[in-house]
Amino acid sequence: MTPDLMASLYVFILAGFVGFEVIRRVSPLLHTPLMSLTNAISAIAVVGAIVIAGEQRSTLSTILGTLAVIASTTNVVGGFLITDRMLKMFKKRGPTKR
Amino acid sequence: MSQDVIEQLIQVTYLAAAVLFVLSLRWLSAPATARRGVWAGEIGMLLAVVGTLLHHEIVSYQWILVGFFLGSAIGVPMAVFMPMTAVPQRTALSHAFGALAAALVGTAEYYLHTSDLSPFTMSALALEILLGSLTFTGSLMAFGKLQEILPTRPVTYKGQNVVNLSLLAVAVGLGVYLVANPGATLLFPLFMGLALVFGVLLIIPIGGADMPTVISLLNSYAGLSAAAMGFVLENKLLIIAGALDGASGFILSVIMCKAMNRSFTNVLFGAFGQAQRGTSGKGEARPVRSATPEEAAAILEAASSVVIVPGYGMAVAQAQHKVRELHDALTKRGVAVKFAIHPVAGRMPGHMNVLLAEADIPYDKLLEMDEINPEFGQTDVALIIGANDVTNPAARHDRSSPIYGMPILDVDKARTVMVIKRSMSAGFAGIENELYYLDKTMMLFGDAKSFVGNIVKALSGGEHG
Repeated sequence: MTPDLMASLYVFILAGFVGFEVIRRVSPLLHTPLMSLTNAISAIAVVGAIVIAGEQRSTLSTILGTLAVIASTTNVVGGFLITDRMLKMFKKRGPTKR
Repeated sequence: MSQDVIEQLIQVTYLAAAVLFVLSLRWLSAPATARRGVWAGEIGMLLAVVGTLLHHEIVSYQWILVGFFLGSAIGVPMAVFMPMTAVPQRTALSHAFGALAAALVGTAEYYLHTSDLSPFTMSALALEILLGSLTFTGSLMAFGKLQEILPTRPVTYKGQNVVNLSLLAVAVGLGVYLVANPGATLLFPLFMGLALVFGVLLIIPIGGADMPTVISLLNSYAGLSAAAMGFVLENKLLIIAGALDGASGFILSVIMCKAMNRSFTNVLFGAFGQAQRGTSGKGEARPVRSATPEEAAAILEAASSVVIVPGYGMAVAQAQHKVRELHDALTKRGVAVKFAIHPVAGRMPGHMNVLLAEADIPYDKLLEMDEINPEFGQTDVALIIGANDVTNPAARHDRSSPIYGMPILDVDKARTVMVIKRSMSAGFAGIENELYYLDKTMMLFGDAKSFVGNIVKALSGGEHG
């Protein structure tokens, strides 16, 4: 195994633990926004797609890369927007007006 | 020289993005800081994307911009105009998009680097393709079921598990062969095709009430496929974001399984809720007590504490705003109103909370199962709106019941139980709910939205008379 690969594995395992510890604390109240937020965050795959679409090494890879940019941009933009839209609705006390 | 500087700059933006992603999830733990979490995530994403655009290997921005534009054109309307009752469908669709992106990038990488793939990179690539493809079709199937384009009841046939598992075994075998011989380019499409078919077959036998677990599991797979992509591209930011998403989906699916007292294997291969046990037919003649909205209103008005138990039926009937009116009318009369939320109520984790928050119900009135269960003994009325199996006392004492051992809301301990339900038909698990035959239970037959509306009307009528 190359040192770089070992480093990647360390990163993966440690990030997994951080994820467990942080996400365990999320109140069940917010489990739906949690799922849409983590979905938006994992759409960071867009960076891989950008490079493939921009390198233009072959027609096939450019097409696949562009499609991947579309799919992940949808998640980035849509994911953050809908998470914020949901979180805006959670209020401690109902509005006093009306 | 300047290229080195740019490369380092890119790495710095990635590091900052990774930190912001962790903070983002950290801030999401409480409603008070949750929106800050979204902003942190957005800034992290922006940094990473800008950093990536500086990459020297990019020769043209044309197709990237086309992708950004089309992606936003799909993503923005989906987020802005989607009604909150459709959130589970949207989530399933976004898992499909995320997995599709991973599968496409993996495919492109494979054909670009076929000749120089190390066994390790090829393993990560195979995993990325496998998880990405099966999550893509699986999530599309879940979307179809949630949107009710496809039948929501489990579809099963004899030998289904054998077929599914052998298909998976063949796919994994092909994956292993490709790791040993990356040059076998003809097998690659076959490998991917099998993974795509497996995703479809995996979700076919899964029924509506198991969706919270399955959607969480697909969430986890989508994250893991992104992490596998990080290994292929040697991109640590991708690995971190994928691991966070994978961990989140995994935790949620464990919580959902526990809330149903079932195992992963049982959810995926058990085909729950086929009602094939032949128990229907017996006991159907047992008498139940039904009541009108006016009678229900009179009892609710006289109560001092009411706990409302919402379920998927409330979402289907879009009754959350009427429920809010009922909550307001009762609160105005000095009745203490709370909501009891079972972890698997609805079609995805936290589904009920989002709907009730949308209807402007303050979130400190939404209580989890463990918090509310001790309170049912002192509750005057438990009002069940569109929930069934999660309130069935058989789960506590009837060893022969398929839901035996499942943690339930102890509504039967309240002084009066009211159940708003369209008919006497059995719940998702296909079993009778003995709660309906208790002396203290009143069945309120009708559509949840209009029935709750009628109760509210009766309450305000009483005010003037």
